[in-house]
Amino acid sequence: MSAVAEERSLRAPWALTAPALMLFVGVLLIPLAMTVMLSFHDWGQYKGIEPVFILKNWHEIATDPYYAEMFWRTFRIAILTTLLTALLGAPEAYILNRMSGRWKSFFLLVILGPLLISVVARTLGWALLFGGNNGLVNKLLMSLGVMRSPIPFMFTETGMVIALAHVMMPFMVLSVWAALQRLDPQIENAAMSLGAGPATIIRRIIMPQIMPGVLSGAIIVFSLSASAFATPAIIGGRRLKVAATLAYDEFLNTLNWPLGAAVATLLLAALVLIVVGSNALIERRYAEVFR
Amino acid sequence: MAYLELDRVAKQFGTQTVVDDFSLSVGKGEFISFLGPSGCGKTTTLQMIAGFLDPTRGAIRLEGKDLTAIHPAKRGLGIVFQSYALFPHMTASENVAFGLEMRGVPRAERAERVRAALAMVGLAGYEDRHPRRMSGGQQQRVALARALVIKPSVLLLDEPLSNLDAKLREEMQIELRQIQRTIGTTTILVTHDQNEAMSLSDRIVVMSQGKIEQIGTPQETYEKPASAFVSQFLGKTNDFAGTIDRTVSPTQLVAGSWRAPAPAGLGGPVTVSVRPERIGFGDAGLSAKILTRIFQGNHWLFQCDSECGPAIVIRQNDGTAQPGEGDAVRLTWRPEDMSVRARAGA
Repeated sequence: MSAVAEERSLRAPWALTAPALMLFVGVLLIPLAMTVMLSFHDWGQYKGIEPVFILKNWHEIATDPYYAEMFWRTFRIAILTTLLTALLGAPEAYILNRMSGRWKSFFLLVILGPLLISVVARTLGWALLFGGNNGLVNKLLMSLGVMRSPIPFMFTETGMVIALAHVMMPFMVLSVWAALQRLDPQIENAAMSLGAGPATIIRRIIMPQIMPGVLSGAIIVFSLSASAFATPAIIGGRRLKVAATLAYDEFLNTLNWPLGAAVATLLLAALVLIVVGSNALIERRYAEVFR
Repeated sequence: MAYLELDRVAKQFGTQTVVDDFSLSVGKGEFISFLGPSGCGKTTTLQMIAGFLDPTRGAIRLEGKDLTAIHPAKRGLGIVFQSYALFPHMTASENVAFGLEMRGVPRAERAERVRAALAMVGLAGYEDRHPRRMSGGQQQRVALARALVIKPSVLLLDEPLSNLDAKLREEMQIELRQIQRTIGTTTILVTHDQNEAMSLSDRIVVMSQGKIEQIGTPQETYEKPASAFVSQFLGKTNDFAGTIDRTVSPTQLVAGSWRAPAPAGLGGPVTVSVRPERIGFGDAGLSAKILTRIFQGNHWLFQCDSECGPAIVIRQNDGTAQPGEGDAVRLTWRPEDMSVRARAGA
């Protein structure tokens, strides 16, 4: 190969990825860097944003227990949502995988269908069913005399976890589904021929092999739940804030952009740490299954 | 007394009959092959013995007991799958130990039996390897050890060698046969490879379209094929159209210019089947012209155009001069080397 051709073949990948790279830098990296910088600026009720370098916002977040409560609640909700989707989604994917052709594609569509509907519309659906005295389910239960007061759903963490789990379920099912596709179709027969019963087959043979799928699904669900905005905003509202809605309020209501930026940056940093850390752990633990 | 007995077993999927009227009795310690093209029902039959499928009709008995009434997990059969179906999250020894664990074998005895089983298949020292870090041949051995360690009453092999390359497959065939001889486990092998079936088994069950074509020793099925299908499927064969001439006495079998005393019980148009290695070049017989001559080391392969259609001839490379391409020859064979069947629609 001539030197010119070699140089060209070296340059080609860069040239081909340049448009996407520029878009990525332009709409993600630069705003991200600006947000991080913004979190170190000063802000006052009357003076607005002052482009100086101070640690005021970070100091406030670190010392005021209000923020600790916000972040603890955010991650508590994300963890509970993740557990709920894993507990329901993994068996769901397994059952789905065992169904015969036509039913399988039908139920897969039922599970994936909600992805086509906006998160706002789906969450508002929950609000219509359980929202106060006028919620459909509440009305029905109260008129039947089953309940005296509405089911505590709106503005509760339980409600938020349930609504989030509903939104996140497809990601868990798909992730476990992908792991199930890698299973040898004869593996259950092999275990059975060696004398294993159905429960043993699931516990000893199936579970360990789909665990990486459950865990990668968990990472997706956890990070999406911790940074979710629409569902907490509708179900939790102002009464039950999480990190994402807190940052939103700082930006758009209080207009304290630097503080909002600090909250957003902290949320991002915490998520990146958690996701990268657990991913490394999973890959090490399940190296043999991933191979 | 039959050890394993299949009595008129049939399997239908919907309206489609996949296995029909399958009867076979297997003696203890015997090595049986189910041989046939894909879709002939051989794997379905194996799965019915294993219990993964229930027969639509018929009975399967092991030492006189009805096997179909026993749950597959309790049948105590050893199975090697085509894909091996090893547990990828367990090491080789954990894979082999699984069946013993399910049987509640104490830990110390388990460890000893696992070690012995892996040593038997030549995998001593590989105890802690995971299957995905092993070659195809090694995985195959782990699967065999896993099936044998539970001391199965019958060993079922579902095309176990089909994923190996030719050289390894030959090695494994020899080894499989040796292991089976040593421990004496009754074995059923499903295969579409006639060489594999012939070199491994005591008896071959040739199947086609869900039905048994022939049951016999490798030699019987090769030399006395019961049907056109068997003679075509087991090795190469030449089919010549001939007739039985009753106008002369004694009656004669005529194929082109080749003639011989007619076998009893046949008349009219017949098919004469002769194996290529049983045909020689002579002074009288079927006249033919050699189209191509291929040298294959220990033998010569001739493709000829005869009076009765194309013919293949295989001659040992014994050092004598062989006819060349384009030569006119006469093909001849001994009457006992052919099989004659009535020919329909002529």
